[in-house]
Amino acid sequence: MSATLETIEAMERPPVTMAPRLDGELLEISMGPQHPSTHGVFRMNVALEGEVVRKLKPVFGYLHRNHEKIGENSSYLGSMPYTDRLDYFCSMTNNWAYALSVEKLAGIEVPERAQYLRIVLAELTRLQNHASLLGFLLNDMGAWGTPLMYAFREREKILDLFESLSGSRMMCDYMRFGGCRCDTPPGWMEQAKKIVDRFPRFIDELEQLVVGNEVVIGRTQNVGVLSPELAIDAGITGPMLRACGVNYDIRKVDGYGFYPRFKFRIPLGEHGDTYDRLMLRVLEMGESLSILQQAFAQIQPGPITNPKVKIRAFRPPAGEAYGRIEGPKGELGFYLISDGGPNPYRYRVRPPSFINLTVLEDLCLGHTVADVMVILGSIDIVMGEVDR
Amino acid sequence: MITVQYPEERNLLPENYRNFPFLIYDGDDAHAGLRCVACKICEKECPPQCIYIIKSEDKKPDYMGKPQLYPKVFDIDISVCMSCQICVEVCPFEAIKMDKDFELSKRERFDALLVRKEELSKSNDYYHKIHPIEAAAVDKNLTDAAAAAEAKKKAAAEAAMKAAAAKAAAANTTPLQPTATSPSKPDA
Repeated sequence: MSATLETIEAMERPPVTMAPRLDGELLEISMGPQHPSTHGVFRMNVALEGEVVRKLKPVFGYLHRNHEKIGENSSYLGSMPYTDRLDYFCSMTNNWAYALSVEKLAGIEVPERAQYLRIVLAELTRLQNHASLLGFLLNDMGAWGTPLMYAFREREKILDLFESLSGSRMMCDYMRFGGCRCDTPPGWMEQAKKIVDRFPRFIDELEQLVVGNEVVIGRTQNVGVLSPELAIDAGITGPMLRACGVNYDIRKVDGYGFYPRFKFRIPLGEHGDTYDRLMLRVLEMGESLSILQQAFAQIQPGPITNPKVKIRAFRPPAGEAYGRIEGPKGELGFYLISDGGPNPYRYRVRPPSFINLTVLEDLCLGHTVADVMVILGSIDIVMGEVDR
Repeated sequence: MITVQYPEERNLLPENYRNFPFLIYDGDDAHAGLRCVACKICEKECPPQCIYIIKSEDKKPDYMGKPQLYPKVFDIDISVCMSCQICVEVCPFEAIKMDKDFELSKRERFDALLVRKEELSKSNDYYHKIHPIEAAAVDKNLTDAAAAAEAKKKAAAEAAMKAAAAKAAAANTTPLQPTATSPSKPDA
């Protein structure tokens, strides 16, 4: 029977009921996964009382792509390009963390120049990650576009360096077990020096425009306060932890690579609020610049790969290793178990973004929805790493 | 930083820029000069498993004149390849290198995205054009390897000749001796 106008009219309609008023009740909404401020496909189920957050449940897994299982089925070298895709802002540090774990597992020495190059690249990565994070954070606060474009201008210069060195802007795939893949092209170091020399201008500009800005202070101070006790209990690392005043930087604690040869300070926060997290990153950029200047002064020509490492049919001895570095977002670690075969028996990533995200509810309770975006922005997550 | 009016103006790509691999052939003939010997190492090592190779039944001479197999089928799935350069690193024959072409959009979704051997094969001159420094180093390596192989062959041949001569000399001396010292030839 086809539905004509008459039959529809003749149909019985259910009685219209008015929804009861929601006074004193919580309103549940699902923010994300297509929310522009969630930095990817991240969802939060929020229970609101008026505008105030009373409950928050993070939902992730939308970008899950089986990274660890793929790593267990591909060769040791074959996992290297996949690590670029974890935290796609910082592929150089991801490469380093993975190479470090495999070097620990197989007992591989790294030549001097490669160690310096790795530090240069890791600090450049930190600069561009922090710069773009600050841009995104201000974007979330409502400063549409301009600060982000300022940050991206600087980031683009560093990505150009990465492209001329490794062949790709973001998916660098540059480090290898026992060194780096290729030496710097002619003129690369000079270019890098130029960018590093000019970078303080960006930091000064940012400080002048943003850090003392009344709106920024109003939106960030005393918002999302993280106590040092909770931070330590929850395993928070990186700028999040140091903003609470806990002095823990793996560059100092572990002294991996050639970091013990460098003089640098660890900036620490005091209150653990969003403002401290923002400011700490500005200060860290300054320290990175000083590390870079020292590295440029110390780096010497020389071999960049260990000739003893086999490219084809690489098989580390049976055993286990955990290598970790201070990534721009926190402790990035790779845990590997080898059974002597061509691929790892177990391959596990300890992603800083994912573990830093676990305290999101504690930070957001009692704040408004608009603050949730700012707090989430200050945690510095990349969904490629959270979901893996 | 200046805006570049893209299709008309182009930024110069850096020497190390990489996007999608191609196969190299020496000389003018894409079949005869193809360096690939279908050893299948790249197929095995490729992280996303985007290379597909079938070996040939017959053999053709490689750049040193040694008879080698060649790939009857060599396909790379462009939609799977992530341009990680691992095939280039593991290739022992300098046969596969990274291209710089990034304008790879196709009008068809399935067959056009599977790039065949014929489309993958590009000349060594093209390689020199896109990666001049790297290509020069590779050519030097290859000529050095060929020269070393030639020298080794020569040395081996000389050694073989010497050994043969010594053997012949020994062979000559041994049958001669009994005749020379033989008492059955008094007229000698």
